[in-house]
Amino acid sequence: MPETHQARHPVKFYQVGSFAVGNRLLDEADRTVQSDRERTNSLTSGHRACQGCGEALGARYALDAAMRATDGRMVVANATGCLEVFSTPYPESSWRIPWLHSLFGNTAAVATGIAAALKVKGREDIRVVAQAGDGGTVDIGFGCLSGMFERNDDVLFVCYDNEAYMNTGVQRSGATPPAARTATTEAVGPEPGNRFGQGKNLPLLALAHEIPYVATATVADLHDLERKVEKAMSIRGSRYLHVLVPCPLGWVAASSETIHLARLARETGLFPVFEGAHGEVTDVVKIRHKEPVEEYLRLQGRYKHLFGSGARPDIVGRIQEIADRNIARFGLVDEVPPDEQSVGKQP
Amino acid sequence: MTKPFAITLDVGSSLANHTGSWRVERPVYVDRMPPCNDGCPAGENVQRWLYHAESGAYETAWRTLVADNPFPSICGRVCYHPCETACNRGQLDEAVGIHAVERFLGDEAERRGWAFVPAGPSSGRRVLVIGSGPSGLSAAAHLSRLGHDVTIYEAAPAPGGMMRYGIPKYRLPRDVLDREIEQILRAGVHLECNRRVADVAAAKAEGGFDAVYVAIGAQLSRRAEIPAADSSRIIDALAFLAGTEAKPETAELPQLGRRVAVYGGGNTAMDAARTAQRLGATDAVIVYRRTRDRMPAHASELEDALAEGITVSWLSTITAVEPGELEIEKMALDDSGFPQPTGEYEKLGADTVILALGQESDLSPVQALGDVRVEHGSLAIDEHMMTGHAGIFAGGDVVPDERTVTVAVGHGKRAAREIDAFLRGSTYVHPSRPGLAGVDNLNTWYYSDAPRTVQPELEAVRRRSTFDEVVGGLDADNALFEARRCLSCGNCFECDNCFGVCPDNAVRKLTDVVASSAAGPGSARYYEFDYDYCKGCGICAVECPCGAIVMEPESI
Ligand SMILES: Cc1cc2nc3c(=O)[nH]c(=O)nc-3n(C[C@H](O)[C@H](O)[C@H](O)COP(=O)(O)OP(=O)(O)OC[C@H]3O[C@@H](n4cnc5c(N)ncnc54)[C@H](O)[C@@H]3O)c2cc1C
Ligand SMILES: Cc1ncc(C[n+]2csc(CCOP(=O)(O)OP(=O)(O)O)c2C)c(N)n1
Ligand code: SF4
Ligand SMILES: [Mg+2]
Repeated sequence: MPETHQARHPVKFYQVGSFAVGNRLLDEADRTVQSDRERTNSLTSGHRACQGCGEALGARYALDAAMRATDGRMVVANATGCLEVFSTPYPESSWRIPWLHSLFGNTAAVATGIAAALKVKGREDIRVVAQAGDGGTVDIGFGCLSGMFERNDDVLFVCYDNEAYMNTGVQRSGATPPAARTATTEAVGPEPGNRFGQGKNLPLLALAHEIPYVATATVADLHDLERKVEKAMSIRGSRYLHVLVPCPLGWVAASSETIHLARLARETGLFPVFEGAHGEVTDVVKIRHKEPVEEYLRLQGRYKHLFGSGARPDIVGRIQEIADRNIARFGLVDEVPPDEQSVGKQP
Repeated sequence: MTKPFAITLDVGSSLANHTGSWRVERPVYVDRMPPCNDGCPAGENVQRWLYHAESGAYETAWRTLVADNPFPSICGRVCYHPCETACNRGQLDEAVGIHAVERFLGDEAERRGWAFVPAGPSSGRRVLVIGSGPSGLSAAAHLSRLGHDVTIYEAAPAPGGMMRYGIPKYRLPRDVLDREIEQILRAGVHLECNRRVADVAAAKAEGGFDAVYVAIGAQLSRRAEIPAADSSRIIDALAFLAGTEAKPETAELPQLGRRVAVYGGGNTAMDAARTAQRLGATDAVIVYRRTRDRMPAHASELEDALAEGITVSWLSTITAVEPGELEIEKMALDDSGFPQPTGEYEKLGADTVILALGQESDLSPVQALGDVRVEHGSLAIDEHMMTGHAGIFAGGDVVPDERTVTVAVGHGKRAAREIDAFLRGSTYVHPSRPGLAGVDNLNTWYYSDAPRTVQPELEAVRRRSTFDEVVGGLDADNALFEARRCLSCGNCFECDNCFGVCPDNAVRKLTDVVASSAAGPGSARYYEFDYDYCKGCGICAVECPCGAIVMEPESI
């Protein structure tokens, strides 16, 4: 039996559940890394990411957790993309951790090299993390990444998925969802926006490499994300973490909605949050309050052409089908709502 | 300094880049008014004392509570808790059981021996309080905290007003009542029982008092003109309840007979019927001229009565009382909801009729003061709780307002502040009230579902035959659970969300020392914004569970 999400959170503080970042009533050990005044702040203030950038948030969440898990002995290789460009305009850097620039497509290879070098030097206590956007992962970086998986090199690769090439002006990537408008999939014609039936699901591809750990997460569930990073850092070999990071600019959404959108992506079933190892899915995070995809789509200008005058309910319906398929395929909805499973523990 | 090839600048931190200049809106921490606080007639800071109770700091919670209302054990039992009607949690699952936690805190004070802080430094001024009901006692407690020398004159042999001579002990055990009154007296208030004031002005002058609070309640039962045979038994509800208090469960009580009809639809009628049943009546019927939705009795009071087997004859007026029998005329509501006679009559067997048709005040003690105004049988007061006569204030059931214990307590508190200002030659200024924290201000994602804790109840048989308390209290575990169901509407509860969700690390989490010193009365600050880096994205405001952050336009 896979351990369930709820079983991991037996302490229910009803005022905040266990969903908030911290909680004065929780033991320090049960609070998140982010609630710690002394957290690393791997990516510090003054970076030039847009207001409400999900990627900046996701990177700090993941790396701060990895820093705690490795006791600060960690090197990061970064692919070109927004994350580099907003953090390191010469000669400034926002990184407060050992960090290397690499190219758009070769980050996995660079990380592999670092890991090999550390091994030669007998410094395998120092861990290696590679990070890239979805373009740098699913498209141009995929060859190097697949090789890294195949060799089971000792690297955690984190993909920050904002579903397009944001850095260069919102072009489509292999992770762009169907019907989304990008600069290269304009909202014109009978099938406006990105095509249905294309693109790739990298978490499942990673799983197919039978590496020791694969997980997805979002910036909306910090406890889950941190736990997955910690778990990944406790394992040797290739590990893959795919984090959904909404992009206010590319998704044409309010900057304040970043976390809300990530939450809706999960609660609609469009972004399944799961964990796997050696080719098998081992656990999923259940949907807590199921929402129709429309709730999610309406908040984003990249889907504007599906609503209002010339609305395309047929296309919304096809997106709903994708969500429904995910729900069935990953078992995202429980008969007993997650909250009620632990409520029985009331004194 | 020599630099590597093609490098001309020293490496620097992005901290040099003050991205706060991008901002067009700034987040600001606020305290909003939680609906419970807003709805509490005694002005309790419910959210705040629940906050302390949530961490198990029960004594702090109790002290925060009694600063506004000296009767947590009493109000936790008899208050109709408008706080819970208003509670935002009611829109998620069920309202927080505020009254149950309040009662627990009051009872815990007894178990732990917590006492009120003694009276403040003496002001040298003397205040007379007339009447020791909840309003008089509340005013006395607050006035003595403010340093005034308070004396209460009470006509009855024991203090408490309707809390003793009206509300029956199966809802309010007398040891609980005595204990909370004792707290007030021990803190330095003088009480003289069996002392009826016939003339307020004379009492003030004789005793050399600087101000008076008139809290004489509404002691007179309203009568109805019903043709009655000589031998028929008609008694009045207040006298009946007071008699039960004076001589509980003795043969000296009025011989009720088996079948008792209670005439009226208010809370007094409910208590009279329930009391009659406890004294041996087998058929207790409430006769009321309108319908259930128009009944003045609180819904829970009616439900409790029905649960004990009491029946109600709706749309009925008593037109004649004969020995062993009543004549009842059926009513029909007209378009304005007023009951109109139908000319249809029926008989109802009854050995005794108890009249519970409402109460009026005996205003004779103020009649000699020419300048007080009377409105519909109540004493009129101005916005400073003062009657038309300078220095004579009034509150509770004697003034036109809702007649409940907690309203009376709230009047007492407000009057104490007004009297204090009057005695110091100043004017009491109401603190400004922040905007209400509605459910729309909350991000309810962060709260788990949690059903309300149910209080134990006495089994039906014992309810019908004894005066034992019907509803039980919570234990410490339950109370903690219930307190933690609070959503902390509109007030920061240190969940660290803002600190965690900012993509620009622009929220500083203050150290405990700074946090406590920055905390003003009733509000607390545990975080501050770093406007050098805050870009104004607004995520913190959207993700704050309790709505304690607002975005304000930046002045450019
Ligand atoms: C049967 C019954 C049940 C009730 N149940 C509830 C309930 O469950 N919850 C609730 O919130 N409210 C309830 N109420 C209403 C509540 O009791 C009153 O609103 C409240 O007690 C009013 O407080 P008070 O201090 O203004 O007046 P009172 O409680 O009436 O106290 C006035 C006091 O002044 C004294 N007094 C009067 N005249 C003089 C004088 N001339 N000289 C000296 N002393 C004088 C009286 O003896 C009395 O002690 C109930 C009322 C009744 C009758
Ligand atoms: C070989 C190569 N081709 C193109 C580019 C230009 N380029 C830089 S970043 C980027 C897109 C990055 O997209 P993604 O990896 O999704 O990261 P994001 O900016 O969205 O975070 C592109 C096309 C490049 N740097 N190198
Ligand atoms: S949830 Fe708490 S703060 Fe909000 S109304 Fe209810 S008791 Fe008051
Ligand atoms: Mg991208």
